[in-house]
Amino acid sequence: MSVADAGALERARRWRPPPLVADPRLRWGIAVAAVVYLWLALSGVPVNWARVAEGLERGGRFVAAFLHPNFVARFDEIFEGFAESVVMTVVATVLGIAVSVPIALGAARNLAPRPVYLLCRGLIALSRTFQEVIIAILFVAMFGFGPFAGVLTLVFATVGFLAKLLAEDIEDIDPGQAEAIRATGGSWLQLLNYGIQPQVMPRLIGLSLYRLDINFRESAVIGIVGAGGIGSTLNTAFDRYEYDVAAAILLVIILVVMAAEYGSSAIRRLVQ
Amino acid sequence: MLTLDALTKQYHTGDRALKGVSLTVPQGQIMALIGPSGAGKSTLIRCVNRLVEPTSGKVALDGVEITRLSRRGLRQVRRKMGMIFQEFALVERLTVMENVLSGRLGYVGFWRSWFRRFPAGDVAAAFTLLDRVGLTGFEDKRADALSGGQRQRVGIARALLQDPTLLLVDEPTASLDPKTSRQIMRLLRELCRERGLAAIINIHDVALAQMFAERIVGLRAGEIVYDGVPDGLSADVLTRIYGEEDWSQTIRAAEAGEEAEADGEPEHPHGTASIDRERLAGLT
Amino acid sequence: MPVAIRNGRREWQRRDRAAQLGIWFAWLVGTAVVLACWEVISDRTMWMFVEDAHVQAGDLLRRMVPPRWSYMDKLWRPLWDTLNIATLGTLLAILGGVPLAFLAARNTTPSVLLVRPVALFVIVASRSINSLIWALLLVSVIGPGVLAGILAIAFRSVGFIGKLLYEALEEIDAAPVEAVTATGAGKAQVVAYAMVPQVAPAFAGISVFRWDINIRESTVLGLVGAGGIGLQLEASISQLAWQEASVIFLVILATVLASEWLSARIRHAII
Repeated sequence: MSVADAGALERARRWRPPPLVADPRLRWGIAVAAVVYLWLALSGVPVNWARVAEGLERGGRFVAAFLHPNFVARFDEIFEGFAESVVMTVVATVLGIAVSVPIALGAARNLAPRPVYLLCRGLIALSRTFQEVIIAILFVAMFGFGPFAGVLTLVFATVGFLAKLLAEDIEDIDPGQAEAIRATGGSWLQLLNYGIQPQVMPRLIGLSLYRLDINFRESAVIGIVGAGGIGSTLNTAFDRYEYDVAAAILLVIILVVMAAEYGSSAIRRLVQ
Repeated sequence: MLTLDALTKQYHTGDRALKGVSLTVPQGQIMALIGPSGAGKSTLIRCVNRLVEPTSGKVALDGVEITRLSRRGLRQVRRKMGMIFQEFALVERLTVMENVLSGRLGYVGFWRSWFRRFPAGDVAAAFTLLDRVGLTGFEDKRADALSGGQRQRVGIARALLQDPTLLLVDEPTASLDPKTSRQIMRLLRELCRERGLAAIINIHDVALAQMFAERIVGLRAGEIVYDGVPDGLSADVLTRIYGEEDWSQTIRAAEAGEEAEADGEPEHPHGTASIDRERLAGLT
Repeated sequence: MPVAIRNGRREWQRRDRAAQLGIWFAWLVGTAVVLACWEVISDRTMWMFVEDAHVQAGDLLRRMVPPRWSYMDKLWRPLWDTLNIATLGTLLAILGGVPLAFLAARNTTPSVLLVRPVALFVIVASRSINSLIWALLLVSVIGPGVLAGILAIAFRSVGFIGKLLYEALEEIDAAPVEAVTATGAGKAQVVAYAMVPQVAPAFAGISVFRWDINIRESTVLGLVGAGGIGLQLEASISQLAWQEASVIFLVILATVLASEWLSARIRHAII
């Protein structure tokens, strides 16, 4: 046995799991940077412990309120707010799908010519960059307070979500099926209808249902800046420290989201 | 009659898939195209219906020059060329009947096809074809519920419903077991003879090619290196096409003829076609 | 059945009559519902303002340009706070979300009947409530500031991480689990050797993805007083200082794009 073999054997015996990052300098660099960042970040968080202690008592009251939510005291306002949120969600999701589908077709690399592709991708990126609330602020400034600005906000946000994911799904289709339709002499629209639509329809339905759910949750937020829905009711409840009312609203939101999730998974199973 | 004249194709990557191929396929001839992977077989048949745009050269079907056609003209000439695919390329989520009827897309308008209101004659022809390929009663099954052999029969029915004069067949048996492969090849040969169709069949299996084709063209690195009768495939010729190898087994297998039907249950191959994205890029 | 024999000839339709009628009816009901909803919104909209919107938009745009770049000096600190809210919030959420996922996944939970439903409810509750609402709640409870923002982000992200991770856990390949169990390993060892390696890439991807989302979310938390650049935005908008607001919008745009680029790089490195 040569010396080299013995050395190899020796190394093989002292096995250690390979580190996550191979380069030791990079590994230690990342570790040190992480520690320094954490120290800087944590020391930069001002905490008013007296206020927090005081808050804990209030937090206790909120938890208690969660156990005794008050649906009755502001029933009319809550009902009104939820009805508006639901209505906004429905309209915004339907309009959002109608706008998203053409944009998704344009943003699929295997369907659209380059300029159209870039334009549609740009639209999607724009919609994804800003948080819904910021868009809502701008739309409220332009269209005035109320659900109309809220609907537009949700439509705008839906495009960034639905068009992007649908476009990715279109790019992932089995090209053979589309090729077969082209080979029969089908037109572009027939290609969409026969070669693409059957492949992406389950995903489109799934994404739309998911977006319906997201839009409902978002509609509860954009109300805070005046774009209609349950959000404004909730904001008022917190302002008045009416935790039992707030808890009631939050519970209804949670229940609606849960119901939507069960419903949409049932529908998805149906279309598979 | 199909004529290829000095056809070349160079991909964006710089690969020269075809280097000046000239070829004539007369009406009614079944021609097998053999050659190693990457020899350009697939590119060749896709250049015929311009799923892949040829770089230079000419393609003419019954005197119509295809390479210079407008989009509308291209669609019309594509109707005359039925294509059959390796992975069947059925629209998986549509029914068998919808898949077969998609062979008429070049003939009917968009709204008719959208509402699936095909002319009664087309539907009747589709039923006849389904009977002919042995799929009577399968019309409402979804394509993804079929076995490999059944799917390929649907693919054949779809191509024939186009009422073509030429079949472009890309590796029809590569996803099938040996017995089903022979059944499919036999069906293709019978149908071509019944209807007087010419066919170009890309095929890996040399023995099958010899068994079912009237003429064999060997392609290597984008060039034709053999063009002749099936019996002319000697060990020498195979070496010219595929490279050095012991070919005695292959040749003997072909001589053993058709009676050596191998056993095998139909299986359900599910692989998705890993076809070059570039072909779809032309969808615009 | 879609195939009917009429006059001795087979006829084919995509659907039979009942299914076709059902589909038309569903479209009819759906359209009616959407139109009714639109009616409600239309009633609550001041169309005068909407018709006026292009004027408002033009006006807004005019008041936004040119951005008052000198205002940047006051933005560095809030920007740092925003990044911290997102990062620390995500870290906290990981600390909470990972155990939650193990409690919620059918194949790792200690009790399917007792623990799993509780874990699932915590996940749904956390996910249903937007981080801005969590912030609203936390500001009201512990007072305004960065801490409320961090906790708001964490509360919202716990459910997100928990949900995606427990789904990944339930989808793992059972064969390695069987193999490790067959060696006589204990339950914790099975988790460590057979399950964790399978979900580790998913976990890393989920965390980075959520961090990216949290950067976006943390830019608006200040609107309700939970720290970060949103505080400045709130101030600028309430003073109608649109030239400052436009600087803030641009800063947010740059931050989000940078975080998206960074998270894409990290995800790429992991996979």
